[in-house]
Amino acid sequence: MSEWLSSHRALVDGVLAVVEALLLLGFVAGSAVFFIWLERKVAGRIQDRLGPTRVGGRFGWLQTIADGIKLLVKEDLIPSDADRMLFRLGPYIAFCGAFASFIALPFAYTWVAKPLSVGIFFILAVMSTEVFGIILAGYGSGSKWALFGGMREAAQMVSYEVPMALCVLVPVIVAGSMDLNFIAMKQTGGIWNWYLFHDPFTFLAFWTYFTCATAQCKRAPFDLAEAESELVAGFHTEYSGLRWSFFFMAEYGAMFAVSGIAVLLFLGGWNTGFLPELSTTLSRAMGSEGQESYLGWVIGNSINVVVFVVKAWVLVFVQMWVRWTLPRLRIDQVMMTCLKYLLPISCVLLMGVSIWQVAVHPSVGPYFRYGMCAVCVGLLLWLGVKVVATPSRLPVSVTGATDLWNRGPIPPELAQKTTV
Amino acid sequence: MDTLNDILFYVLMATTCICALAVVLTQNIVRAAAWLLFALAGVSGLFFLLGAEFVGSTQLLVYVGGTLVLVVFGVMLTAQGPFVNMRIGAAEWAIALAVGLVLYGVLSTSLIISNPPQSDVNRHVDATMPDSSVLGSSLLGQGQASPTGFLTGMPPAMRRERKPMAYLLPFEIVSVHLLVVLIGAAYLARAKRRRAV
Repeated sequence: MSEWLSSHRALVDGVLAVVEALLLLGFVAGSAVFFIWLERKVAGRIQDRLGPTRVGGRFGWLQTIADGIKLLVKEDLIPSDADRMLFRLGPYIAFCGAFASFIALPFAYTWVAKPLSVGIFFILAVMSTEVFGIILAGYGSGSKWALFGGMREAAQMVSYEVPMALCVLVPVIVAGSMDLNFIAMKQTGGIWNWYLFHDPFTFLAFWTYFTCATAQCKRAPFDLAEAESELVAGFHTEYSGLRWSFFFMAEYGAMFAVSGIAVLLFLGGWNTGFLPELSTTLSRAMGSEGQESYLGWVIGNSINVVVFVVKAWVLVFVQMWVRWTLPRLRIDQVMMTCLKYLLPISCVLLMGVSIWQVAVHPSVGPYFRYGMCAVCVGLLLWLGVKVVATPSRLPVSVTGATDLWNRGPIPPELAQKTTV
Repeated sequence: MDTLNDILFYVLMATTCICALAVVLTQNIVRAAAWLLFALAGVSGLFFLLGAEFVGSTQLLVYVGGTLVLVVFGVMLTAQGPFVNMRIGAAEWAIALAVGLVLYGVLSTSLIISNPPQSDVNRHVDATMPDSSVLGSSLLGQGQASPTGFLTGMPPAMRRERKPMAYLLPFEIVSVHLLVVLIGAAYLARAKRRRAV
């Protein structure tokens, strides 16, 4: 077996590469399906509705599948004024840009399609190609709405790339490496080891990064490209069917990618925050007398993958939460936020973290980390208690006399509030 | 492994060359930009194949994410009609063809005349590729990026050792050059103020 493997190295490597690519593609597509369902549910809850409830049982689990089937059978239009080649090319370039970033994104310790010593730089580079697909789509559609939408999108994404990259540099300076595996492994152990709490500059850099990343994914409050009231649907006005869904796959893929980067750089990667690093610990614990156990390694890394994915999903959820909470900015406000505020802030953070690394005495670091961590965890606990203590009101139907879950008539004091 | 690398090399090479030809032959500026995207991505793929991840990523970031986007963006902002086509005269074709052929001739003759490059004597075949940290520290003047050994590609008579080199000064000069370019661009693009009559 091993002889055959070594004599057919090229074939084996090729097959392995295809398998890895298919695994990643499956993950991206699967999480896009999940996120689209979640987006509808979150939007519904925030707007005091229920969201999808019909397809696939009570929670509308299969809503995205139904949408996907609808998109597949929809007529695939190419406008007569469009540049056919560019129109066809746009969605694929956008999706490739978002998907290729997963090549260097480690899901657990060394579990990455291609470990790169400049991993984070590679991810930023390939994600910057996504905008090219969007511009081509906007330009190639041959429609004024698409052209304006694509132009705004290009201006926005290119501008927000700069502060985003500067914020990414902050934890890179702290870790001293661009290798994402290495950066995440530096944050093993207690929650106070996460770079979020390392110093005041990394703490602020996380929020700045997340703002820029939200804008980079064209999410509200920065979703100027698809301002329905003024631009119809922006760069994808003329798209329908499968090509349109590629743009959405790209958007949700990029959302997970930027959240994954935030988790790896600031939130401890796949580390739980209270246990030691699982893959190395388990492989040592389950092995006998100095022999490391491969099974322990696999089990530990599987748990790591779950921890990493859950953390990234939480950040994706926050992006949705923000989308349905804040109103959309105007285009000049979007550009002003980036160029006048986020860019200087990120420059100051970069300078600050360099000075902190050089000038602040090493003994100060731990005190700051513990203090910052205690403050943040305390704040979260206090918020949690407040949320639990606040009585919740269920979604109320405004038309009928009963609420949506048919639990009898609404009490009069509630019904008064919901008169139309 | 070698065969897979070979296959990938030929695929990437063919893609790059065909797309580069298409850049020249197409008349639509934005289509040319799209072909250029594939040509540049092919070149960065070759860099990745050689293990030069940093250079490959930089190629993508600077050319695809920066330059190409600016090209299309410029067309979108300035175009009068729906799709811009360049009309190229016969004289321009002739000049471009002559320049291209001369460049090709110079490159190919210099390749044939000079000795084929030899790999560094001191480097093991299995040794890990130097990563970008060496480059970074030598940019800051802290270390050396150039490997030890003889300069490659020189005739045997002129063979000599590599000199240790640090890049802080060139790095700073390049950054000042960029600043000059930026100030010039801002000067050209600023709003023209009418003088009060």
